[in-house]
Amino acid sequence: MTMDAVETYAVRLGDDALVLSQRLAWWASRAPELEEDLALTNIALDLLGQARALLGRAGDEDELAFLRSEREYRNVLLVEQPNGDFAQTIVRQLLFSTFQLARYEALVDAADEVIAGVAAKAVKEVAYHRDHARRWTLRLGDGTDESHARMTAALERLWPYTHELFEGDDVDREAGVDPATLYDGWRADVAETLTAATLDVPADGWRPTGGRQGRHTEALGLLLAEMQSLHRAHPGATW
Amino acid sequence: MTADEARRIVADVPDPEIPVVTIAELGILRDVRIEAGTVVVTITPTYSGCPAMDAIRAEIRARLDEHGVADVDVRTVLSPAWTTDWLTDEARRKLSAYGIAPPAPRAAGSPLLQLGVCCPQCGSFDTRERSRFGSTACQSQYVCRSCLEPFDHFKAH
Repeated sequence: MTMDAVETYAVRLGDDALVLSQRLAWWASRAPELEEDLALTNIALDLLGQARALLGRAGDEDELAFLRSEREYRNVLLVEQPNGDFAQTIVRQLLFSTFQLARYEALVDAADEVIAGVAAKAVKEVAYHRDHARRWTLRLGDGTDESHARMTAALERLWPYTHELFEGDDVDREAGVDPATLYDGWRADVAETLTAATLDVPADGWRPTGGRQGRHTEALGLLLAEMQSLHRAHPGATW
Repeated sequence: MTADEARRIVADVPDPEIPVVTIAELGILRDVRIEAGTVVVTITPTYSGCPAMDAIRAEIRARLDEHGVADVDVRTVLSPAWTTDWLTDEARRKLSAYGIAPPAPRAAGSPLLQLGVCCPQCGSFDTRERSRFGSTACQSQYVCRSCLEPFDHFKAH
């Protein structure tokens, strides 16, 4: 299937949202408290709704979600990283939702009406996601020695994957926004939260990339195997 | 059937998750018109992932079908984005009577600034937010400091 720039772009944004939604849904019944169960799964639900509208812009949402292989997925590597402990889940949320909010804000005036429509709704939703991650970051970073150490470890683990967020190409520039233009604002925003949480901004080093070309980490294949197994075993099944 | 008649039939479809209010009162129902013999109903989701949309679509079809209208097209639009400013005064009154604090007028700027949430049980404004996420995407959890009752709050959005 060949896709034009807008469809290709919609799949990139849709895959980012879908994969992170699937990751967060795992926390249902496993979060540290009931309110957190509800928060993480509400965030997952928002992301799933965004993904459905975006993938629907590019083709059949079910086919795209359930019948593509790992190499056909176009999400950034950050969102597929394992949940780890609660600190790793929160750090991934802070790093990604801060970026995703800036990207949706830039897309409110996009030429394509579906992408602009999703963005206009999503900015209000992702503002909550970012705020949720920021509050936990402050509490855990400036919390106990144990929580501070876990947040530091999560930051060191995930920071390398943030560089890929800002790699843009012609598709991004034609259909949406060049993510490179969002870097300075993102970095200042994240650094402000980390500093307030008594956490250090990690040094830049290793820069893994390849998600937009379908080259993923081992984690994505396992995630998709679970997400797609029912649909592949029972093609066309409905509730 | 005229567009006004069709609108009267579908306007009373209740929200599946908060059945005391209708889709018209919530601002989910955006338009009803007749196009070449087909009743076209346009709805908009409150949140991107609102799981009630499928049930609302089915109920719209069922009610029109009861009135002998089989040619129905239910369309979903995202733009302009739904806002709690579209809730009618009747919806706010019904939510409060049901035990859900209705949304305060939206503060300029951030959707995160929620002003003056009033306890639907005792009317006190001495309330505190317990969690920004609640039993549905559109609600958050509050506790009243005066009567100590927990309650849901329909988030200004």
